Amino acid sequence: MSLVYAGVCSHAPGITGRAHLAEPALKDAFHAEFYRMGEALAATRPDAIIEVGAEHFGNFFMNNMPAYAMGMADRYEGPIEDPEWLGIAKTRIPGNAELSGRIIRSVMQEVDLAFAEEWRFDHGLIVPLHFLTPKFDTAIIPVNINCQGPPLTPLKRAWAFGEALRTACDSVPERIAIIGTGGISHWPATPDSGMINSAWDNEFMARWCRNDRQALLSYTDEATYREAGQGGFEIRTFISVAAAARGRGEIRFMQPIPVFAVTCTLAHMSIL
Amino acid sequence: MSLYSVQKFLYQLNRDPKVQQRYRAERDALLAEYELDDEELAAIRDGDIGKLYVLGANGQLLMHFAPLLGMPWAEYLEAMREGVRRYGPVRAGIYAMTTSTDDKVAGL
Repeated sequence: MSLVYAGVCSHAPGITGRAHLAEPALKDAFHAEFYRMGEALAATRPDAIIEVGAEHFGNFFMNNMPAYAMGMADRYEGPIEDPEWLGIAKTRIPGNAELSGRIIRSVMQEVDLAFAEEWRFDHGLIVPLHFLTPKFDTAIIPVNINCQGPPLTPLKRAWAFGEALRTACDSVPERIAIIGTGGISHWPATPDSGMINSAWDNEFMARWCRNDRQALLSYTDEATYREAGQGGFEIRTFISVAAAARGRGEIRFMQPIPVFAVTCTLAHMSIL
Repeated sequence: MSLYSVQKFLYQLNRDPKVQQRYRAERDALLAEYELDDEELAAIRDGDIGKLYVLGANGQLLMHFAPLLGMPWAEYLEAMREGVRRYGPVRAGIYAMTTSTDDKVAGL
């Protein structure tokens, strides 16, 4: 088969952990649309979801930091954070080691990636799943792109990684969904938390929706850091999804919620 | 190398309940296992979020130390601002503050 669904979403821990501090109507609208995205995803009957996240030192540290890593286990656990702080209880998340292995072998033809037979999900993966697969009943294949500890993988490699993911999905009989999480502009975990560059976010998502490879890859990390904060480095996950899906994007929700530290964004992309 | 050790400690503290237990029960023995200078050692021992922030600890590591210390989000943000007031600007890393110590960006 191939890809049956492609989308991107925010993953900020405040979305669940600080939900009580947000303006209720706006928070409810965002959460409702997040659940609807999960219903749309489920309607495509995926056998597994490749979730491309940007880890935050849950599993990988600067003693041995892969640019790209993929999980290869039959089950995972999370959240690694304090469940009360994150607002998500500890749980098991199903995986599919054998399918992961086939996808990894295919991706390795084009992009060197690390594999991990253990993985504890942090907010970057489990906040989206809280809405997208709330029963944790769909196999997840976790992927991490290092967006935290420089030197970071170049954007053109994130694109190549997305292309390799697509080739891998095309090579297996299973129905695969892909979700990228993170971004867009934000200054998380600092006193700047809540600062949002809406113009930058709008421009980035416009480029993402028209799947403009050249424009997406024209950002430099220096400019991104200056204009979109260290959280802006996470655009790598969105770029990989665009490369994998090849289609056009459609925004389902895009509103700044400062107490969540981001422009809360939900979008999907057609698959060509 | 020393900031690296601070961050490695936070990484292991965040993900390993045994390290969290040792941080409570035998803090000095635990911290002796890391190559920390006196300033770093004191900041970790005393739970001085503001100092750790100024030293350049990555926010994705540091923000989990706060709930471990029983510190709610708004207090965590204020502790970092207080660190900058007392010790000056962030010295390393990619989590510098660009707002003023009087700003409450998201109202917190």
